[in-house]
Amino acid sequence: MAESSSGSDDLLLEVSGLVVDLPGRVRAVRVVDEVSFDIPSATTVGLIGESGSGKTMTANALIGLLPDGAIVGGSLNWRGEELLTATASRRRGLRGHEIAMIFQDPLAALNPTQTIGRQVGEILRRSGKSRAAVRERVVELLDRAGIPAPAEKLGSFPHEFSGGMRQRAVIAMALAGNPSLLLADEPTTALDVTVQARILRLLRSIQEDAGLSMLLVSHDLRVMAHVAHQVVVMYAGRVAERGATSDVLRQPAHPYTRALVDSVPAVRTKTALAHPLPGTPATPSNRPAGCAFHPRCPLARERCRTEQPALRAVAPGRWTACHFAEKVLDA
Amino acid sequence: MIRVVVKRLLIGVLVMWGAASLIFLIVRVAPGDPVSILLGPDATQDQVKELSASLGLQRPLAVQYVDYLGHAVRLDFGDSYRLGHPAMSEVLERLPATAELMLASTLIAVVLGLTLGLLAGGRPGSVVDRVVSAAAIALQSFPTFWIGIMLILVFALALRLLPSSGSGTPQHLILPAITMALPFTAIVARLTRTSVAETLREPYIQTAKSKGLTDRQVLLGHALRNSLLPVVTIVGLHMGGLMGGAVIVENVFSWPGLGSLVVDSVTNRDYEVVQAATFVIAGIVMLFNLAADLVYSQLDPRIRLEGS
Repeated sequence: MAESSSGSDDLLLEVSGLVVDLPGRVRAVRVVDEVSFDIPSATTVGLIGESGSGKTMTANALIGLLPDGAIVGGSLNWRGEELLTATASRRRGLRGHEIAMIFQDPLAALNPTQTIGRQVGEILRRSGKSRAAVRERVVELLDRAGIPAPAEKLGSFPHEFSGGMRQRAVIAMALAGNPSLLLADEPTTALDVTVQARILRLLRSIQEDAGLSMLLVSHDLRVMAHVAHQVVVMYAGRVAERGATSDVLRQPAHPYTRALVDSVPAVRTKTALAHPLPGTPATPSNRPAGCAFHPRCPLARERCRTEQPALRAVAPGRWTACHFAEKVLDA
Repeated sequence: MIRVVVKRLLIGVLVMWGAASLIFLIVRVAPGDPVSILLGPDATQDQVKELSASLGLQRPLAVQYVDYLGHAVRLDFGDSYRLGHPAMSEVLERLPATAELMLASTLIAVVLGLTLGLLAGGRPGSVVDRVVSAAAIALQSFPTFWIGIMLILVFALALRLLPSSGSGTPQHLILPAITMALPFTAIVARLTRTSVAETLREPYIQTAKSKGLTDRQVLLGHALRNSLLPVVTIVGLHMGGLMGGAVIVENVFSWPGLGSLVVDSVTNRDYEVVQAATFVIAGIVMLFNLAADLVYSQLDPRIRLEGS
């Protein structure tokens, strides 16, 4: 388990009050609601939650690739620069070069009609490097991503690669622009379990070696425990809790996090049956009043049904949005 | 790759045999016969018998068929009894004019259709998209002969800019080529539009955007080639189909091509020429389909793998 944040404390990206509204059939749906967290430099921040919790939309908002018609509010402070008011061309300039993204399904994320070499080298080629220099760098990147005999793979097409190799190619592609922040949206979900661990190890070593920051989006607590220094737990478009990974997972300060931790089956212990989360996840379009988690919460009181809990500090570096956080912590 | 081509060509031989057999049967089943047309209504029984014998038409159908196929494999379709010289040479003489018309209209359709389709599909739901889509549906719905007549009325009769019929100069080519191209353009534009709009929703387009590419770079660098896949197939098929359109357009504009030859020959029950022309047209359609498949496999590496 990764302990406290490595590297310095200077902030790379400060997300505050981020709001994303998507156009719906009847009215706009708020899929990300007042989300705030920091991404310090050289740190991996995990964004965890069930599907529909808004974690992918949050990542997409950071790189500025939301669906047409999406309305974004709040603030994204990138090294002192406000991204939400930046020009389209400035944001495009950051994409790939400062903020890069790794997608969930590596086969879909790769263009089927272009060679791996061409796709990995595209950002380099477009920045005006010579063919030889691009080629050399692409081989280097593929090698760094753990693709064996990289020089021979330049002319391969995505369909000729295995799932794990494709994800390695996607990682190499994301690193090509030498970014400071890597957004990884469920990077291992589409892969075999045995391959997942290797890809995670690769991502962690890249993050450590290059000293870059990573925002890891996942629904898998074990992935977080392995890779993330800090986690942000999201529920129904809001932050439920955030803090250092080890603290949050060992001693949750929100009933939702507690339920998530309890839902993970412990393989080595005899109590093989984990406790699945009761009920169904709240969706942004059908969010319960008060605390969105209250219909599924064992601690829910009258107050939870009416009053939406604000995100508050319960310990140094620990933030939670639960009226009864202290009770959860003591339990 | 070569194996695929050889296999397709072998299938093509079967197709050609089928086409040759079918047209042999159809011209003979159709009412009317060349003898009565050549001799006119006042001919005597003896004259009919004599001419039938000299044309070989009194023989059993099976014998005629075997004889016909035996010559067809050598591309010999006999002499036209209307024009006197070999049917095949008559067909080949008319072929360049039709080819000229086909290539010109395909060029117009592909260039115009792709451009409009890209503009519309690049921004689905925009004003450009709606105008292009509506215009395409309208153009596709108008019958070819009507478009031809309208163009003649406007550009030849009213504005006196272009000749209404005949051939020989580039000006003569413009109206028939456009007439043939317009519905084709509409097909290409609509298909390209749909295909581009669909391709832009693919996850790898999001990947391309995440590299910081501009919309135009994404469209031309990542979406275009992949959207072309279905378009190539349709262009190939439709170029074959243009041979059918040529029959109408060539008659509207008195264009001396294969299409008008076929119509004249059918009217005069000139079996030999109809058979030779059909054979050539079938061959051209087949070659265009093969070409489309080959281009497709060059555009999509996943297909290339399966073929080898």
